[in-house]
Amino acid sequence: MSSPRTTWSHLGVALRAMLVLTVILGVGYPLLVTGLGRLMPARADGSLVTDTAGTVVGSALIGQSFTDADGAPLPRYFQSRPSAAGDGYDAAASSGSNLGPENPDLIAAVEERRAAVADLEGVEPAAVPADAVTASGSGLDPQISPAYAELQVPRVAAERGLSEDEVRDLVAATTGPDLGFLGQAGVDVLELNLALDRLAG
Amino acid sequence: MAAWTAVAQILLAAGVLVALYRPLGDYLAHVYTSARDLRVERGLYRVLGVDSRSEQSWRSYVRSVLAFSLVGVLLVYALQRMQAWLPWDLGLPGVGPHLAFNTAVSFVTNTNWQSYSPEVTLGYAVQALGLAVQNFVSAAVGMAVAIALVRGFARRRTGTIGNFWVDLTRGTLRVLLPISVLAAVVLIAGGVIQNWAGFTDVSTLAGGTQAIPGGPVASQEAIKLLGTNGGGFFNANSAHPFENPSGWTSLFQVLLMLAIPFSLPRTFGRMVGSHRQGYAILGAMVTIFLASLVLLTVVESRGMGTAPELAGGAMEGKEQRFGIAATTLFGSVSTLTSTGAVNGMHDSFTALGGLFPMLNMMLGEIAPGGVGSGLYGMLVLAVLAVFVGGLMVGRTPEYLGKKIGPREIKLASLYILVTPTLVLAGTALSFAIPGVRSDVESTSIWNPGVHGFSEVLYAFTSAANNNGSAFAGLTANTPWFNTALGVAMLLGRFVPIVLVLALAGSLAAQDKVPATAGTLPTSRPLFVGLLTGVTVIVTALTYFPVLALGPLAEGL
Repeated sequence: MSSPRTTWSHLGVALRAMLVLTVILGVGYPLLVTGLGRLMPARADGSLVTDTAGTVVGSALIGQSFTDADGAPLPRYFQSRPSAAGDGYDAAASSGSNLGPENPDLIAAVEERRAAVADLEGVEPAAVPADAVTASGSGLDPQISPAYAELQVPRVAAERGLSEDEVRDLVAATTGPDLGFLGQAGVDVLELNLALDRLAG
Repeated sequence: MAAWTAVAQILLAAGVLVALYRPLGDYLAHVYTSARDLRVERGLYRVLGVDSRSEQSWRSYVRSVLAFSLVGVLLVYALQRMQAWLPWDLGLPGVGPHLAFNTAVSFVTNTNWQSYSPEVTLGYAVQALGLAVQNFVSAAVGMAVAIALVRGFARRRTGTIGNFWVDLTRGTLRVLLPISVLAAVVLIAGGVIQNWAGFTDVSTLAGGTQAIPGGPVASQEAIKLLGTNGGGFFNANSAHPFENPSGWTSLFQVLLMLAIPFSLPRTFGRMVGSHRQGYAILGAMVTIFLASLVLLTVVESRGMGTAPELAGGAMEGKEQRFGIAATTLFGSVSTLTSTGAVNGMHDSFTALGGLFPMLNMMLGEIAPGGVGSGLYGMLVLAVLAVFVGGLMVGRTPEYLGKKIGPREIKLASLYILVTPTLVLAGTALSFAIPGVRSDVESTSIWNPGVHGFSEVLYAFTSAANNNGSAFAGLTANTPWFNTALGVAMLLGRFVPIVLVLALAGSLAAQDKVPATAGTLPTSRPLFVGLLTGVTVIVTALTYFPVLALGPLAEGL
């Protein structure tokens, strides 16, 4: 069996191994990847997007709220999904709701959201798609379903004095599913709203 | 959701894995059997004071594994406690003792259970110097132990099973590091961030503000998946758009999780001199994998339950870019390996959907399992299957020319008892100790009713099996959960490793017996069926009662 001396020698080797590997894997590796990432700076820095004035207004990958200070939807913008990240789309606090399928709080929230969306868009509650009444896993979902986008077209068009087809042309720029079958189709809400603002000039 | 897309993504993944099976499996065998050291490795061995030609007994191998892991726990603990004095701390304070213990154990044991929310707890220094390093080396330890067991089967009449320091170094530098660099670059191309910028405040289109996070995410993400670790850089893990931006990056991450575990049977076959033995192990893995994946996808797509039916689909906790089929694929892969990453919230799965991640972990994560741990777990079950087969025909069981005697069976039996004991005892104690129970019920549990019980059961299942995923509504950052789950992770990792290495030593010391007409052939479909059956029956008998109290009660 092991004498104290061999146990200490195991620990000595272990300590040296951990330190050397920390330098290689904890310093060298992330710096190497950072250097390679400089070949694609826009991506490595977070796919930031700018408005017509050239100011950074967010990331194409991170969803935003399009509501006023009181949380009421701004009708000239397409609305994002409900969010459980902080007070909604808090990018410093990504989170899902983690509410279970039978949780009364979730059931009540779904009811409430469906009624609110139906009211805002002037449609029957049954016409509201699932993504419009559920919070995403990250709370930062940048996308909505094509169905939820289509539901919002008449309202946004009316608010902006555009024809529905003009708005629909912008919505048509959906992404995914990649290769036709990886994931599913979605509409990036921030980019869509930016495109609308650009149209307004 | 069109069913064909769900099938197509599996076919694409299967195609890539089939193409990788031989080259990657053979490469791994070469790495662990080659007599040559690379120049950088020779330099490293000199620093360590290790003779790469010398071999270790199983006891010595165990001591090296334990010493290395102990140093890892102490280092990660210290880094967290000292966070305020490290660079890139993002202004965050040192981590408290219970949480620092839990997190250190979690990353050293390849679990990556996270009682904390990374955005508000850990700066870049702890993530890169502490956690990411353990993501590499804990995976390399798993592979080393698996290879040591395979050597036990392959060798005869020897007292040694390899050199841990050589196995650790080679697995890290020749396998995990190069693949991670490539994978990180691919992920950046897909939109995963890699910078050191901290939070950037922007004014949003609607006139609010948003703090866009930065961080060395791609480098950590690559090894998080390749090493079947699973610890997210962000709280939302692979549901976060900066960790997993699109449909194709999600499938890429699935492939990273599966690449090594599904190729190791080839390595095993090559090292024991029979590729057909490798295919048999692979066959059992694939059978369980496909059955579980298909069932979860069907159940989740049906969207049963009050809230999903009201919403018109089980989209709570799921991202639009993934949808249901890409989320169930990711969740299945993550829990059938030992990864525990998520691209959607398992706590919000339908009741029966939430059963499958738990069941996958309870199977022991052997289909295909974590890097290394999956193969050694499946080989232990193969030993048991041979024993059961031997009982049926009344012969002394043999596997790969090794007699499976009382010592081997004792070690294998102890192995399969460890994690159920931890899971069931940990869950029971959470509700049996009066002071703990009130704290668990008032502070930790998030969802009411049986779903809350499932959160606790899931936590101990995840910790003891070194998975790391969660029914994440559970507030686990309490003294009880940080301590109890930490102990479950430690025992769930290292007791099985000691037993596996003891088994390796016992097998290596034996001579090989020639196969006779009475030997159960272990490379035929019959054995694949026996192995699959033993795995499923052992798990079902162990866990059915407790599952009936949780997800089955909620879903039926």
